[in-house]
Amino acid sequence: MFLLLPFDSLIVSLLGISLTVLFTLLLVFIVVPAVFGVSFGIRKFYMNTLLKVFAWATLRMERGAKEKNHQLYKPYTNGIIAKDPTSLEEEIKEIRRSGSSKALDAAPEFELSDIFYFCRKGMETIMDDEVTKRFSAEELESWNLLSRTNYNFHYISLRLTVLWGLGVLVRYCFLLPLRIALAFTGISLLVAGTTVVGYLPNGRFKEFLSKHVHLMCYRICVRALTAIITYHDRKNRPRNGGICVANHTSPIDVIILASDGYYAMVGQVHGGLMGVIQRAMVKACPHVWFERSEVKDRHLVAKRLTEHVQDKSKLPILIFPEGTCINNTSVMMFKKGSFEIGATVYPVAIKYDPQFGDAFWNSSKYGMVTYLLRMMTSWAIVCSVWYLPPMTREAEEDAVQFANRVKSAIARKGGLVDLLWDGGLKREKVKDTFKEEQQKLYSKMIVGNHEDRSRS
Amino acid sequence: MGSRGSHAARIPDADGLRRETGFSQASLLRLYHRFQALDRNEKGYLSRMDLQQIGALAVNPLGDRIIESFFPDGRMRVDFPGFVRVLAHFRPADDEDDGSRDPKAPEPLNSRMNKLRFAFQLYDLDGDGKISRLEMLQVLRLMVGVQVTEEQLESIADRTVQEADEDGDGAVSFLEFAKSLEKMNIEQKMSIRILK
Repeated sequence: MFLLLPFDSLIVSLLGISLTVLFTLLLVFIVVPAVFGVSFGIRKFYMNTLLKVFAWATLRMERGAKEKNHQLYKPYTNGIIAKDPTSLEEEIKEIRRSGSSKALDAAPEFELSDIFYFCRKGMETIMDDEVTKRFSAEELESWNLLSRTNYNFHYISLRLTVLWGLGVLVRYCFLLPLRIALAFTGISLLVAGTTVVGYLPNGRFKEFLSKHVHLMCYRICVRALTAIITYHDRKNRPRNGGICVANHTSPIDVIILASDGYYAMVGQVHGGLMGVIQRAMVKACPHVWFERSEVKDRHLVAKRLTEHVQDKSKLPILIFPEGTCINNTSVMMFKKGSFEIGATVYPVAIKYDPQFGDAFWNSSKYGMVTYLLRMMTSWAIVCSVWYLPPMTREAEEDAVQFANRVKSAIARKGGLVDLLWDGGLKREKVKDTFKEEQQKLYSKMIVGNHEDRSRS
Repeated sequence: MGSRGSHAARIPDADGLRRETGFSQASLLRLYHRFQALDRNEKGYLSRMDLQQIGALAVNPLGDRIIESFFPDGRMRVDFPGFVRVLAHFRPADDEDDGSRDPKAPEPLNSRMNKLRFAFQLYDLDGDGKISRLEMLQVLRLMVGVQVTEEQLESIADRTVQEADEDGDGAVSFLEFAKSLEKMNIEQKMSIRILK
């Protein structure tokens, strides 16, 4: 039997008023600035406050760890094993020298001990290799009050736990509904806006409207994630007829770049909500969506891209040549397809600050929805975007060398490790050409010497 | 909550493993995380394919042989204890005086003899305790690929077996193998130090 409290109606009306106030505030402080592209600086202020709180929290943790003589979990992003950076030749020579009872000048051809080098190198890679660790989230040195990033959470102090609990409350009960509402607004505006614009006849007015509809909706989405983005060197922003190339960490990269520029996108056709968005977007703007089967046909892809790029009035294409999401500590091999087309390449480096929320999408661990929920319950997404000066393929370069050059530039600017390996290694096996390199080096050691001896 | 627990309680039979392999608690934890990272589908064990996915291992000419060493007796899976037991061979030698060790206790996995045995089994493809000339040839072929002719390789294999073979049976037994490497600083060359 429910007892209706005397002030029940009061509570309901209070709730109604507060919700209305909340949404009005939403509109004024978030959506309107997004529409016009201005900012009140609320997010920057929020970020600075958070930094202060994190610094305090880390101090408390360190103090607590010292008191209890705990080892604070130190990140091992440099690898868990001690490695010697010596070459194959040096190592094998050293192994032979240490074991050989023969005179040093009689260079032996092959020794039973040579196997030790390969054996140890192989074991080292089993214990720790450069690629596998790029596909798990980065570990942090300080704690950002998100239990998901704290791998070594011991109970340190009451104050810290209370703070963490408060954080959970704020993030899940206040920020999450706000962000979902914003995201909903942004996406529905995007779909509605682009569909409406699609009905207009082709012309300058349509383009103008399309551009602003896209920009506006992306800005709302940016605020939906509380993404605090710092753009550097905006004078190098991609121009029409070029290709914009960036390192890939998560699907959010698209939102981040597209909120500061108007791009034509390239990607697979998805089903569901993504499909609806894609179909609506392509009505207003010439994005290039491929059917799943077409992606495998590289020539078809290249042909469509070339057609798009040759029309100098067409928008810059946005491509992520790594082909998969990496955890933002390194840049992996760029697929050469987009570099064969011959257009000007505008490289962009994106670096996320992991302190506020890990943006990496580990697609083997989380689905899209789980991932977005994780994003929306983090504190914020803070990142820096650097627009690098445009690059073109030189006469003597082939597509692969050009791709590597662009990759190095992006890695250097973003402070990421430049890796030779293919991001596809996440899913497929490595090519045999790399193994042949090793075999060639070793063969020179055991047969090359033989030739020297026969000559003398 | 972090889906990867950091507590040693998650490692099955942690104490037993520590005693058997000699790894410290921290090292065991690191290796456990590594095991989980390699076990992409979270099956709880590793198959040959999981290890073959490691790019840097696949380009190692002896990569397949090394992977085989994790799957003795024709097994198809290796669980975490098996994984750690193999890696224990590469633990740097302990500083303790040999005399202080209980002679009845089994030899530690990272002793000189056990490291040599591990290297020996990379050569001994059929596991019969001897490296025949054919096996030597096969391993050499793995290491050089197509870069060396058959004749050159055969002469190298012949010479190596001849030099090491003492009892003249045309094959290198484990003792002959160990004898030919007696001056080698095995401890250093077959050791991998895990950072704290």
